[in-house]
Amino acid sequence: MTSLEDLLVPYRGRARDALLPLLWDIQTAFGHIDHDAVQSISHTLRVPAAEIYGVIHFYALFHHQPTGHTTVYVCDSPSCGIAGADRVIAALSARLGVPPGTLTPDGQFLVLHSPCLGLCEHAPAALIARRGAGEFAYAPVDDIDCLLVECAQTRQTITSGEGVMLTRQPQQPAQTLPEYGDYAALRRALAEMSPHRVIAEVDAAGLIGRGGAAFPTGTKWKLTHAAPAQPHYLVCNADESEPGTFKDRLLMESQPHLLLEGMALAAYAIGASKGFLFIRGEYPEAARHLQAAIDAAAAAGFLGARIFDTDFSFDIELRRGAGAYICGEETALFEAIEGKRGFPRVKPPYPTTHGLFGKPTSVNNVETLCAIPLIVAHGSAWFRQWGTASSAGTKLVSVSGHVRRPGVYEIAPGLTLRQFLHDYCGGLVGPLRAVLMGGAAGTFLTPEEIDVPLTFEHLRAIGSTFGSGAIMVFNDTTDLRDVLRRLARFFQHESCGKCFPCQLGTQRQLEVLERLEQPLPGDPQRLRDIGLTMTEASLCGLGQTAASAVLSAMQRWPELFGETK
Amino acid sequence: MSVVVTLKINDIDVSGQEDETILDVAREHDIYIPTMCHLDGLSSVGACRLCLVEVKGMNRLVTACTVKVAEGMEVYTETERLKKYRRMLVEMLFSEGNHICSVCVVNGRCELQSMAGRVGVQHITLPYYNPLRTLDTTHERFVIDRNRCILCTRCVRVCDEIEGAHTWDLGGRGIESHVVTDLNTFWGDSPTCTGCSKCVHVCPTGALFEKGRSVTEMTKHREFLPYLTMMREKK
Repeated sequence: MTSLEDLLVPYRGRARDALLPLLWDIQTAFGHIDHDAVQSISHTLRVPAAEIYGVIHFYALFHHQPTGHTTVYVCDSPSCGIAGADRVIAALSARLGVPPGTLTPDGQFLVLHSPCLGLCEHAPAALIARRGAGEFAYAPVDDIDCLLVECAQTRQTITSGEGVMLTRQPQQPAQTLPEYGDYAALRRALAEMSPHRVIAEVDAAGLIGRGGAAFPTGTKWKLTHAAPAQPHYLVCNADESEPGTFKDRLLMESQPHLLLEGMALAAYAIGASKGFLFIRGEYPEAARHLQAAIDAAAAAGFLGARIFDTDFSFDIELRRGAGAYICGEETALFEAIEGKRGFPRVKPPYPTTHGLFGKPTSVNNVETLCAIPLIVAHGSAWFRQWGTASSAGTKLVSVSGHVRRPGVYEIAPGLTLRQFLHDYCGGLVGPLRAVLMGGAAGTFLTPEEIDVPLTFEHLRAIGSTFGSGAIMVFNDTTDLRDVLRRLARFFQHESCGKCFPCQLGTQRQLEVLERLEQPLPGDPQRLRDIGLTMTEASLCGLGQTAASAVLSAMQRWPELFGETK
Repeated sequence: MSVVVTLKINDIDVSGQEDETILDVAREHDIYIPTMCHLDGLSSVGACRLCLVEVKGMNRLVTACTVKVAEGMEVYTETERLKKYRRMLVEMLFSEGNHICSVCVVNGRCELQSMAGRVGVQHITLPYYNPLRTLDTTHERFVIDRNRCILCTRCVRVCDEIEGAHTWDLGGRGIESHVVTDLNTFWGDSPTCTGCSKCVHVCPTGALFEKGRSVTEMTKHREFLPYLTMMREKK
């Protein structure tokens, strides 16, 4: 049995940015982080105890109170909801004799609700934390006994499409270096291209950020490269937490070296020698693959000091989040790496000048970075053979819900949503009721709207969004009010609480939706007022999009809210 | 020597130093912008969103307490949509906590109460949330009543930035957020609290008050803060 002292040894002399890794070590070993542990951490890292308490309390995967030897997090997002997540919870409660959130008397088991686990194609999904052993995903939950005792399970995500970023043979992932190759694009860039040349190529390729905000990657790199303060940092945002999104998980599990090579190229372009790969805590398998890949790449000399005998040095540090959707917001992500509660910062200033540790930082999404080695290797013109002028290159789409083949598809933007659902996803299961584009922060579409071409510009033109590339499909058996409540509960649970409109508004929005069957007078207008206040007045993207799906549903289906069309 | 810039606030020509915020310059020219989480002498966090203003050419509303003035800027502080959001925010604040002015120690001297008047909230149309919140009376001189806390975090900041004790922090998140002392343990048992009372005096509502004060009896003194900040920066 590991002792607390043993766990603290490697952290002596380190500063507060080591807080989350240390909390993870203690959480994994003991199942919770008690007051004595907090005091010891406070002495070791020289961080006030009150602040450590606040950090533990902020992240959903860290616990003050004892958890079970086995703790099961059951996903209750819309895709898992329509696949029977409530039945899983009910069956577990019946088996264990305690409701969710209550530890069994013998201290063995604890069941908790969880926001989207990013396993939507295998819904319903669960994440299992075993004391001393770490976390494991289990999806689909076909046998609830397997959540309580260890069972072997293999998962195969359906992928197909253009086969540019995702290999055409998903059963042959390039997880190891021999399978992947020798970082030829990086070698070539370091030998033949200046950082400016790399940025120019990415700019010419028209690559748009794939994380949801759709910011041009080349522009971001130019601004970061030009920032005078030193050092510069590269951060890979692998905190893929948007409900219904799982394409980054697939990339990291199947193509870890593609991502690392992309990070090295990005670092070279912006002038960084240190990179952080921040991955959400709910992705333990991907984190294990990535750490193995980082170690292999460093051993082969593709990462580390003087790569390929050039002046370019680059190290990657893997950091695990601990259960907070808000940390996908770039400045909240910085705070998490720095060992703080994941509170977004007020912008301006922007990360390109004042980012991680206050230094110029480029934050890029996993899929964005995975496109970089391909653009550098084949050129911008090659990349532009897919998609449209404003949505260049292939785009990964995560599909879940009522389609025959839920999975991750690599599409050439421009085909319509209808073509996509029929030609790629094997068609619909049952008559279509609604599509949720862009995840919880996205908007609903009606069956009449699915002839929209899947591009950033066409979706924006109809008031929708590509967002993170999540598409959730609901047939006519779906209770849309239930879906709306799940989305509202998600935002209420994930609001960080820093700014007033979001902290208060996400709760008030949920209350109105919970009484949709017995509304109070004036509720529809109240819902709109709350929604608009959050959208316009909130500090960050979470609050600014927390009412997006609800407001879009009000426009399309007023009858759900007790209004007439 | 910092550079002087000229700009317009509500179509009035004003000038300020380039390292000043919109809020600083507005106040120098007696233009009122509502604030709750801001306090002179503490860092700005831009959390309450009451100081949001419109700046011509910027897509989003910006917080006057954090955004610096610039040459040629055109700022609007009292547009209809700003007024609407401010009313909505104050109404949400009132309905979310357990604010009962008639029995409060700061009745008549409360920033939330006076803000309601300033932004024109006359009655609450939202249903009351009535949360279950705790009260800690274990400190020998002070009380924290979380029913009246609006999470402006002034107490957290003053304790960290000025007193250097960092007794206060936040627990939970979202609607469950709450201020805590140390490890969410009793204030009276705090090994870090110096009893300086700064948190009590910066609190905008009756959430933090001195023991022995009855209804309307608590007056808060904050004039010391900018002075303390200045003296510390000198060192």
